[in-house]
This record gives sequence, C-alpha cells and structure tokens, in this order.
Amino acid sequence: MPSVLVIDDNSVRATIIEAGLREAGHDRVTVVTDVTGIAGKIAALAPDVIVIDLENPNRDMLESMFQLSRAVKRPIAMFVDRTDSDAIERAIDAGVSAYVVDGLRQERVKTILDMAISRFKAYSRMERELEDARNALQSREIVDRAKRLLMASRGLSESEAYALLRKTAMNQNRKISDVAQSLILAADLLGDEGQT
Amino acid sequence: MTVTDITAAFLPLTDSAILVAARECGFAEEEGIALSLLRETSWANVRDRMAIGQFEAAHLLAPMPIAFALGLTPLSLDLVVPMAMGLGGNAVTVSAALHAQMQEAHPFEPSSPADAGKALAAIVQRRRAQGLDNLQFAVVHPHSGHNFELCYWLAASGVTPDVDIDIVVVPPPFMPDALSSGQINGFCVGEPWNSVAVEAGSGMIATTKSAIWKSSPEKVLGVRADWASGNREALGALVRAVYKAAQWCGEQENHVALSEILARDAYVGQPASLILRALDGTVAPSSGSGDPRFFVPFDGAATFPWQSHALWFYSQMVRWGQIDHTAENAERAKRCYRPDLYRAALDALPAPIPSANAKVEGALTTAQPMGATQGALMLGPDGFFDARTFDPDKLEAYLAEQKIV
Repeated sequence: MPSVLVIDDNSVRATIIEAGLREAGHDRVTVVTDVTGIAGKIAALAPDVIVIDLENPNRDMLESMFQLSRAVKRPIAMFVDRTDSDAIERAIDAGVSAYVVDGLRQERVKTILDMAISRFKAYSRMERELEDARNALQSREIVDRAKRLLMASRGLSESEAYALLRKTAMNQNRKISDVAQSLILAADLLGDEGQT
Repeated sequence: MTVTDITAAFLPLTDSAILVAARECGFAEEEGIALSLLRETSWANVRDRMAIGQFEAAHLLAPMPIAFALGLTPLSLDLVVPMAMGLGGNAVTVSAALHAQMQEAHPFEPSSPADAGKALAAIVQRRRAQGLDNLQFAVVHPHSGHNFELCYWLAASGVTPDVDIDIVVVPPPFMPDALSSGQINGFCVGEPWNSVAVEAGSGMIATTKSAIWKSSPEKVLGVRADWASGNREALGALVRAVYKAAQWCGEQENHVALSEILARDAYVGQPASLILRALDGTVAPSSGSGDPRFFVPFDGAATFPWQSHALWFYSQMVRWGQIDHTAENAERAKRCYRPDLYRAALDALPAPIPSANAKVEGALTTAQPMGATQGALMLGPDGFFDARTFDPDKLEAYLAEQKIV
C-alpha cells in the first residue's frame, strides 16, 4: 500500500479523509494541518502520494519544493495523468489536489484520489447543510421576535401578527424573514424598547 | 449591445488594481462585459482552475505564461498574453536585524541596489567566515519577476543564489509573518506585503524592483488560448476595458479612491493607507517625494506585451537552470506574448501603440520618445542597476555572458 500524506489546515476535514483512507485499507496515512517545516516532514515520511486542499495558499511553495528541493529525494509530479482531464476536473471541482512520486501505478493512485474527492464533497455537503440549518434557525427566531413586536405594539394575536407579516411580504415580493428583519431594525431605530 | 460574461482570477496584491478598476469603475461594463473577479489563494489554483475552464482570464505573474508554454508546470495550460498590467510594484524587504547589520557593514539607501547589494554581500561573507547557515530569502514563485529580479540583484552583487543564500517560496500574504517569526531573513514580494512588514516593525526595505530594473514588467493579463481564438470580439473588449482601467489607475487624482476600493476584504483586505504607498511611490523611505516609477500602471506603454520582456524572463529561466536553451524554446517563450492581439483590440482607440514588438532592454537612461502608430509615446527610463543591456536579437551572447556571475 502506498503511503499517503494529507495536508489540510481544516482538521475536521483532514480527519474525515484520513478515516476514509484507513477504511479503504490504507494504513500508512499521515495528516498535517500546519505546514511549518513541511520540507523536513516530507523528507522523513517520503510519502508516495500527497493530498492537499486547493484553498491552501502553500501549494506554490509545495510545488516549488517538489521541483527544486534537495529535501524531496524522489521526483513528484501532479498526480493525475495530464491527459486524464476528467479526473483533473473532478478533483479541482471538489477542491482537492494531489501529487505523486513518479512511477506509482495509476490504478493505485486513482483509488486514493477517488476517496479524497468523495470525502471532500461529503464535507462540503455537510458544511452546506449546517449553514442551511443555521440560517433556518436564525430566520425562525427573527420572525418570532417580529411577531412579538407586533403583538405588543398593535395588540394582535400571534396568528394575526404572522398573517400581517405574510401579507406584507407577499405585497412587497419579499421573504417573511426579510420583512421581519426590517421591522426589528425599524423598532430598534425608533427605540421601541421592551418588545423583545 | 450583447453582454459577455467573463470571469477573471487575481491574487490579493496592489497590482491587481487594474483588473479591479476595470470592474469597479465601469470600464468593463462600458465595453459590454459583465466581469466577475475571483480572489484566489495560490498561483497553482489560478492555473488549475483556468485549465479546467472555471475562468477565462487572470492576473498572472509575467513569467508564468512562458513557463506554461515551455511545459514547466505540473498541469499544462495553453495561454495567450494580449497585454501587460503595469510595470514595477515589488520591493526587497529584509528583517530589521539584517537591515541593521547591512547598514553597519556598508551604509545604503534603498534607491541604490548597488550599495544595498554590497552591504548584503558583506554580511554573507561574514556569516560564511563564522560558519553560520545561509540566509533565507523568499520569493512568491519560481516563475516570477520576484525570483528573477532578486537573483539578478544578488548575482550582480557577487552573491550566488542557492549557493551563498537560500531562495525559498512563501505565499505573499504569509511573508510578513515568516519574516517576523525568523523563518526567513528577507523576501521579494509585491505590495502591499512589504509595507505590511514595515508597518509591523519587522521589516525594512532594502531596495525596490524599480531601482533594480527601471520600468520592468511584473504582471500580465493571461487569457485561455481556446477562449481567445473563439471570442475575438470579446477579447478585444476585455483588452480595451483593462487598458482604460490602467489609464484611470495611473492618474494621481484617482489613487485615494483606488486604494479604498482595493482595501475591501473582497480584494486585498489591507488598510488603504498601506496600499496607497505603492500607488504614490512611497514604499521605500526617501528624502524626496518618493519614486514616481515604483509602480506604473499605464505610462510608458506599461500595458504593452513586449516580446523582449518575455525573452528576458526566458533568459533568466535558462540562467537559473529552469530550462535548457534551444532556439525552439526561445521562440515559444516569445510567442506567448501577443502584441498583435493588443494592436487589434486598441486599433479603434486614439491610443499611441508601439510600432515594434521588442526593444533593447536597459538602453534608455532617460525617458525618450518612441515610434508609435499614432500620437506621441514616451518610454523609459528602463536601465538595469548594473548598466547592462539586453538585446533580444543577441540572446545567445546575453546567455553566454550572464553565465559568469
């Protein structure tokens, strides 16, 4: 089994990738989240494959090291076969890049890349879902606050307050949470205290 | 007018100004372009995302398209360079400790690379005599103006890169931290990252790109070759928009507004006051009013893709062992810079355009008028600090003489 070095400053994502590789039978996996002194680490580990997140600003440094440095004894190339544009595209779209030592069999590398790509995608999806959930929670809280404002200032019931927000949103072609946000802002500006 | 969507990538640097102004000041819109800008974190990312078609154009280190053309990059990308994006803009910064040692060994002003070079050479010799490790200097990329101007300055000062001093790569925004933590002793980077280190008290300017080689090339507009050949009209519109933006950036009355736009988090994300230093030429301390040629976005044909610039970068790639010289390689390097596309795009504008595709670099000690298609065009001064010249027609001779460091 080839040895794999995962460089990712997002430690959660790095752990997810590491777990995926281990489940697939790769037991020689090392994770690095801080690239300080990376040349020495690479020299000591002599990894066959290096997986790095695309957003890492140190990619230029790594590439120059692969090309020039005496610390890296074996030649390292960008992992995917240059002619395999489909694999390149999938990797870049997923936000991952990989480098391999020359001479490693393509099929062996492919399983590692495929794993990295799917784990990167899974992580992005998870992040997006979390973000959506956070937004949903936030807008529900905002609507609740606006309802309480209307109930207190105009003597409406909860359902009447909600109906008023909904009607205003429909008339203005806006989202209920946006109308609620404007209302809260206006109340804050007018110093309408004690309503929340 | 039909609107063309164009996406361009940039790195957070002051010299992304021209591309940013093309979008923010309406020049792209006037040309029927909906220009989206993507801030990237590494040149490798710009290359990879461009290669798979995520954007059409990018703010690029001037030698990068040459490296692509010569097959020196891990992933290939076929690019054309229809225009350059300004001259100068970089500086060499050293740690406060090294600066003090250098000044003590041989007093210098940043405006004199020769004196600063003597001072550094003295420290390098002293360290060798004391059995100390090599100094570490960082550049942003092996295929960068930074690398080549730093190495040119070092070699001309009697300090051999990679022998007497180690050259490493560090991303621009990390340079100030790498210097203050002592990982490196100096760096050559674009603004505002020199000024950020100076402002933090960890760095001092040793010299500037505009002093090492006056009016020297730095960034270019790189455009995907397949897109350029299939969208000639849109390419022309893009070049015109960026040309007009460069003109706007070059006018002093716009510098404050420009620095405020660039200061936004979406662009450079550093204080406007630091960004303004490059625009006003006050990056290096000087007794006068600053160096008006520190960063030149427009004047002196600063947007023209000189093939002699491409060939000079090529000569340095050969010099430092990045590529073996062959006539074919030289031709490839020259051909990715495309004055023909520049002229085709700007033909309709009342713009003075150089008649030649190449010039002898370093020959102008003062600004001089230059043959142009129309109007008057002043060029230079463009001298190298060691008074050498580069004649692109005598490439072989230049390669032979620069082997002797």
